This record gives sequence, structure tokens and C-alpha cells, in this order.
Amino acid sequence: MGSIQLQDVRKSFGNIDVIPGASLKIEDGEFVVFVGPSGCGKSTLLRLIAGLEDVTGGHILIDGVDVVDTPPAKRGLSMVFQSYALYPHMSVRGNIAFGLKMARMPKAEIDRKVNEAAGVLNLTSYLERKPRELSGGQRQRVAIGRAIVREPKAFLFDEPLSNLDAALRVNMRLEIARLQKELGTTAVYVTHDQVEAMTMADRIVVLHAGRIEQFGSPLELYERPANLFVAGFIGSPRMNFVEGPDAERLGARTIGVRPEHITVSRSGDGWKGMVSVAEHLGSDTFLYVEVPGIGTLTVRTPGELGLREGDTAVLTPDPARIHRFDANGQAIAS
Amino acid sequence: MARKRTTTRIVVSTVSAWVVGFIFFFPILWMILTSFKTELDAFSIPPKFLFFHWTTENYATVQERSNYVHHALNSVILAGGSTLIALLIAVPAAYAMAFSPTKRTRGTLMWMLSTKMMPPVGVLVPIYLLFRDFNLLDSRIGLIAVLCLGNLPIVIWMLFTYFKEIPKDILEAARMDGATIGKEMVYILMPMAVPGIASTLLLNVILAWNEAFWTLNLTTSTAAPLTVFIASYSSPEGLFWAKLSAASTLAIAPILIIGWFSQKQLVRGLTFGAVK
Ligand SMILES: Nc1ncnc2c1ncn2[C@@H]1O[C@H](COP(=O)(O)OP(=O)(O)OP(=O)(O)O)[C@@H](O)[C@H]1O
Ligand SMILES: [Mg+2]
Repeated sequence: MGSIQLQDVRKSFGNIDVIPGASLKIEDGEFVVFVGPSGCGKSTLLRLIAGLEDVTGGHILIDGVDVVDTPPAKRGLSMVFQSYALYPHMSVRGNIAFGLKMARMPKAEIDRKVNEAAGVLNLTSYLERKPRELSGGQRQRVAIGRAIVREPKAFLFDEPLSNLDAALRVNMRLEIARLQKELGTTAVYVTHDQVEAMTMADRIVVLHAGRIEQFGSPLELYERPANLFVAGFIGSPRMNFVEGPDAERLGARTIGVRPEHITVSRSGDGWKGMVSVAEHLGSDTFLYVEVPGIGTLTVRTPGELGLREGDTAVLTPDPARIHRFDANGQAIAS
Repeated sequence: MARKRTTTRIVVSTVSAWVVGFIFFFPILWMILTSFKTELDAFSIPPKFLFFHWTTENYATVQERSNYVHHALNSVILAGGSTLIALLIAVPAAYAMAFSPTKRTRGTLMWMLSTKMMPPVGVLVPIYLLFRDFNLLDSRIGLIAVLCLGNLPIVIWMLFTYFKEIPKDILEAARMDGATIGKEMVYILMPMAVPGIASTLLLNVILAWNEAFWTLNLTTSTAAPLTVFIASYSSPEGLFWAKLSAASTLAIAPILIIGWFSQKQLVRGLTFGAVK
């Protein structure tokens, strides 16, 4: 069991309100990702859940029990740090076993569990090594091993993959997601990489300046962003925003169209502009088109298109996929 | 060419290191030599370096006149006891200041250090009176307390600097793993800070061992350590250089031996963080 509920959780450092008030409910077994730009308070929110920071106000409930006055050691959560934070003076075995020793588990059982976790994470042949004798990926797996042996109520991850190279990151991403599903343990995962967020999460929390902008499944965020910030943050390349008469005609201050929801042709009706840059990725082509009176629009088209830099292109947005936003940047329901 | 220059450089630096080392060591060497001279040779002019009549009679006299073992034991108890107690107090203090600093942490540290700038004689009278009233004069307990408090600022400062080098994440990881603050200190912080703690211990032992002001003023016999033992040889009956040297040699011998065996640890600890 491991549901986590935040009720109007607030945090300030001195007189800076880092989290002005966050409420959300994470269900048992769910994989929730906190995503947002750097400095938006993702780590702070995670550390509040962990108990490594004290809340300034509000309540945190784990399985329905208020834990704001419970020290981190007693909350029954595991955390994987960005720096891995392995104990440098202990072997891999010692690192993984530490939490079990603290829980005064019998030695035989500790050994069994450590070996089992090491097996799952391919660490069996490294058990007697010190952390400094391991590669980055192996250290990461030790950190994960340390988190899973304790069978916590929930895992907390703070950008665990950001120190790995791109290929390893993809592997570990899959591995973490698979492990979490197998164990069925609640996970809260912080990242600023929206690809990680989209691929791993059951639900995503988008944070901006300490506020929860939207909480929903990856597809919900993609298809129905609640506001301009979420619309711009989720999706790559970024959504195009258009203001002015084109927006007003649809009853909005701003309209947004994703690059993949625009059709390009050489002539016809639509936004007429000049291709300034064309990026050919093989599978896709990204076109950056200068449209007079609107600005640069990004278009993503499958396959190769005959368009070159300097060519004229006509852009037609898919009318069903246009997002409308009011003067406050909130989405207008269609 | 380049190679030759580095060889020259190595030779030059080695030679200068030895010269500097010798200059520092010379007084100690001279004292050791003097302790093997006769009283007459000891203050002959010009001084005799190696060619004099070697004798061990000074050591014999010193043994006869006073109880070396008693004083040495007191030195061990005072230095060891005050260091251990200082460590017990300083580890939690340095931990708190290094990992949960507040606005006033810096100020507190400076204030602690500033107490070391006051000449001890300034508080001699009040301390003496306190000792008299609490029956602590010439007692080991009283002296351990004074030495411990006197060195505490330095111990806390040193541990604070070492602890600051330890990533906070690792302690937080231990906390997440279910460790209480005590276990976090014992199983994670202290093992990681071993070099620092060791050199702090050593330095403090040396400071306490050499401490003469309080030991001379607050003890006479029962609790008197080696400093008192040496002082008893600079007597009004006249100066006995050779015997004084023998006593001094005996007094510094233990610390010299400890220092010799732990010099690697000591240097590593003292330059910790300075060189990476
Ligand atoms: N101990 C602290 N004291 C004062 N301010 C802090 C402290 N910790 C964090 N902050 C501030 O709180 C804000 C949020 O920090 P946080 O570390 O949660 O950001 P983040 O979303 O995790 O960013 P990143 O993606 O860069 O890790 C930042 O503006 C930061 O400066
Ligand atoms: Mg962060």
C-alpha cells in the first residue's frame, strides 16, 4: 500500500515561497512524474514528501496518515538521488543491506534479500566492490537496489538518470518502469526531461514556479493542456502559438497548434510563408516557416518533402486540433 | 632538457626540505644530545656537538629524583581523557553546524574561536577560585575539564571543516534508509570522516600533552603531568641543563613516537580539502 496525498502543502525558504500551495492525490501503485523547468520546485516537493524538508504549512498523508511530523526514517519511503549518494566506505552489498540492518532484520534474511535484489539488477558479480570501482550505470543500479530491498511504500526518484549518457538513459528508463510495474510500488519521479515524463508516467504533474499547472495522464496533457504553460511545455518540438485576428476569429486570445498537426503544401489556403530552416531527420522533417504578421511557425511532416530553404510554403492547421486559450492563458473548452 | 630541469628541481626541493627540516629539528636534537652530556659539558663554550663524554647518568638521576611513570601516566590520562570528551561533544556540535546551518552558525564559530584569543591568565583567578571551592585543585577530573574546554573550539572547527566536505546527500540517503541521527553519525558520518577525525584527535592530544599553563598552575603532585615534571628541573638551586634536557627528552618521547608513526595520517588530515 502506498497512496500519497498532499493537502495545500506550502514551503518557503526564508521569505521566498517556493511552493505556494500544492494539493494532489497519488494512488497506490501509480507512477507519477513531476516535470517542470529548472528551479520550479520539483525537488523541493519531493523532499517534502520524503521528509528531508519540513513543510511550512499543509498536510502530507501517506496511506491516509498525516506524516508531517514523522521523520524521514519512519515514513517508509525509499529515495534514489541524482548523485546516487552511495555510502563510499561500504561495499555494494553493504550499501544495499544498510536499510535492512537499520530495520534490524535477521542476517540470513538480509543476505537473501540482497542477493535477490542484486540478481534482479545484474549486480551479483559486483557485490563485494566499493562504489568508486563501479561505472555510472552500475552505481545507479546499486542506488535502485538500495531502494527496492526495503520494500517501501513508495519510491522517490530525483532525476536519477541525468548523470548517464543518452543510450544508458533509455535503457535505465525502461528498466525502472518495468521494475516499478513488477513490484507494483507507488513511484514519484522528478525530471525535467519531458520525454522521460511522457514515456514513464501513469500521470504527470506539471509544475511551474511551485504551482501545479496540471495533473493528468500523458495523453491528457498532450491533447488537452489546461493552459498556455502546459501546452508549451509538453510536446517536442514546442506547440506554435498564434495571436491576433486568427485567434480572435476562433474566439480566443491565443491559439495553439502542434507542429505535427499542420499540413504543408506548396499552394492553397492557409498561412503563407517562407521556409527559413529545414531539418531533415530522415523519418521526419522539421520546417521553420516565417509567416509575415505571425512569426516563425514550426512544422513537423513525416518523411521527405521537396521543400528547401527559401521555398514558399502554405500551412494549414488541422481545425480539430487547434487549442484555444483565453486572456489569462487558460484553455477554453471546445 | 626539460627532463634535466625537473631533476634539478627535485634535487633543489629535496635539499631545501631537508635543510628546513633540520632547522626545525635542531633544538630537539640539541636537547637530546645535551641530555647525554655531563653538566660541565652541557654549558661549555664553545658548545660541543658530538665529541664529548657520553653518559646516561642524567637519566639515572632523573629517575631517582622523581617518578617519571607517575607523571607520564597523568599526561596520558589528561591528554587522552580531555581529547575523548572533547570529541564526544564536538562531533554532534560540528554535525549540527555543518549540516543544518542557521544564520548564526558562522558567528557562533567565530565566537568560539575568539575565546582562544584571550590570554588564559586572564581567567586564572576565577578558575583557580572555582577549583579551590569545588575541591578540584590537583585533581585529574578538574584538569581534564579545563583542557577539554580549552581545546573544544579547535576540535569543533576542525571537525566542522571536515564534515563540510561530506556530501549532504549521503547523510540524507541514510536517513531515508531508516537511520536515526545517532546511527547516521556512527555508521556514515564518522567512517567517512576518519582521516579528519584522526588528525583532529592527534592534534588535540599533542596540544593537551604540551599544555603547561593550566597544568602548572592547577596541579602540584597527584594530577601533575610531565610538564610539571620538567618544570621541577628548572629550580632555584641553579640550572642543571643536562638533567633538564634528560627530563624534557623523556617528556616528549611518547608524543614524538606517536607523531612519527602517525605522520602520514596527520599530514593527510591537515591538508584535507586543500589539495584534491
Ligand atoms: N535550501 C534552500 N534554501 C533556499 N532556497 C532554496 C533551497 N532549496 C531550494 N531553494 C530554492 O527553491 C527553488 C526550487 O528549487 P528546487 O531544487 O526544488 O528546483 P527543481 O525544480 O528541482 O530544479 P532543478 O530541475 O534545477 O533541479 C529554487 O528557486 C531554489 O533556489
Ligand atoms: Mg532538482
